[in-house]
Amino acid sequence: MARMKFLCDSERCIECNACVTACKNEHEVPWGINRRRVVTLNDGQPGERSISMACMHCDDAPCAAVCPVDCFYQTADGVVLHSKDLCIGCGYCFYACPFGAPQYPRTTNFGGRGKMDKCTFCAGGPEEDLTPIEYQKYGTNRLAEGKLPLCAEMCSTRALMAGDGEVLAELYTDRAARRGYGSGAWGWSTAYVADQPGTYAPGGRPIGES
Amino acid sequence: MPRIRAFAPVAAFLLALLLAAPALAQVEVEGPGAGEGGTVAPGLELPAPEAEPPAADVQLYMPEEDQLIGRLTIPNRSLATLVQPEGRTWRAFRMETLFWIAGIVILGTLAALAAFYFWRGTIRIDRGRSDRWVPRFNGLERFAHWTTALSFIALALTGLIVTFGRFLLIPLMGHDAFTATSEVSKNLHNFSSVPFVLGLVLMLALWIRDNLPTRADLVWLKHGGGMFSRNASFHPESGRFNAGQKGIFWAVVLGGIAMTVTGIMLMTPFYVTGVSGMQIAHVVHAILAALMIAMILGHIYIGTIGMEGAFDAMGKGEVDENWAIEHHRGWYEAQRDAGRQPAPGTRPAGAD
Repeated sequence: MARMKFLCDSERCIECNACVTACKNEHEVPWGINRRRVVTLNDGQPGERSISMACMHCDDAPCAAVCPVDCFYQTADGVVLHSKDLCIGCGYCFYACPFGAPQYPRTTNFGGRGKMDKCTFCAGGPEEDLTPIEYQKYGTNRLAEGKLPLCAEMCSTRALMAGDGEVLAELYTDRAARRGYGSGAWGWSTAYVADQPGTYAPGGRPIGES
Repeated sequence: MPRIRAFAPVAAFLLALLLAAPALAQVEVEGPGAGEGGTVAPGLELPAPEAEPPAADVQLYMPEEDQLIGRLTIPNRSLATLVQPEGRTWRAFRMETLFWIAGIVILGTLAALAAFYFWRGTIRIDRGRSDRWVPRFNGLERFAHWTTALSFIALALTGLIVTFGRFLLIPLMGHDAFTATSEVSKNLHNFSSVPFVLGLVLMLALWIRDNLPTRADLVWLKHGGGMFSRNASFHPESGRFNAGQKGIFWAVVLGGIAMTVTGIMLMTPFYVTGVSGMQIAHVVHAILAALMIAMILGHIYIGTIGMEGAFDAMGKGEVDENWAIEHHRGWYEAQRDAGRQPAPGTRPAGAD
């Protein structure tokens, strides 16, 4: 079974925000919520680079660990999903998430949090696949249709890639070797346990460590 | 034969290319700077051709030790944080450290109170009840106390449900019922904060004068309030409030203010701080909550089963005269001098 991941090649990202727009449009996400966003580091300075970031669907997902109502689950493809029927909008997953992925519509008292919304890897949620209720709560389920996430499919420079992590790693290393430079797979050392010895840097987590 | 004929145009094209090659080369030689021995304008030098590094040398997992904050073109500023590895530290606090702190502090206090009860039992009024009552807390004071008390109990229980319910209650009631419970708990927790703050402000205004430290408090503290001697007849001198009560007062007021500030920060995300501030606010909120729950357990104990006659103060608003003399002699005498004691000449036998 494939282990689904995102990989953003920051040498290719031109900060066009097509992924952000595609995602918002595809899933009709609530107002004020951005499941995906493009962050530019060192803006206007040498070493400037843009990275498209969303939920990374971590191996040992911190959101799932800290959730008070245990509303998260991981699919066989490694996609981290949650149930909006169980979520109480407490904000714990947001405190724990290294990537700022969980977002909350401001619908409740005191301007507080409604039910959490985040990237689903275009894989819907716990409702039955491809039903209107699933679409209304979680957006489209492209994976069930045999398609990959729209953000990556939409990327004009192929900076953002989605799919089997092993294939992505191979594509990226091949690319970076050809170019002669690269800044790594953003977020991977935080999100995933390195699956090959030597492929992690000091910040990465070696095999067997969670 | 037809095969070779099919290749003829291709062959002609290749031949044309071969012929054109010298001409292309000539164009290149006529490039800028070529006349002066091949010098190129600074900054335009091409890097020396290097051998392609093998793909195995490409680093995929890069170190991400620090928070990375960039710039966004969408209006949600809070999303500008690309990576915040501090989330792992917060996770460790919420899943491990807090369990130990809250477990030791709250369960430890319960165990200590149980042990104390077995050792000391209910602290009796030495001379028995006089059945003469001295007014101690008026209606407004009791309103302030019970507003704070009831909202505190609601806050504590709902907070405990949301924090630890996943491990204690989901196995018992299942996911759906627990979500309903914690949804109610979350709203009750948010709303109870309003009466809690009102009661807190009221108590502060009503009782701050009587809770300023005095010299007598040192004596009280030195003797542990007389709680730890089984010689029940010993009571350190104290005014309206003894040092222990003053300690509770200041802990509730200062702790309550800290809980309120951090609670508002958590309730209104991004109005005050970003995610780092909210993580710190949660840690402070959770640790203080555990400490205050433990302290209030002690307060409830001594105000109910721990001491005879103590509950009347907040229950009826009046205390037994003998209780007042034993526990708050200084205050009792001031009340008597001000004429707020029971009518003279009705002193029961044995009151001296």
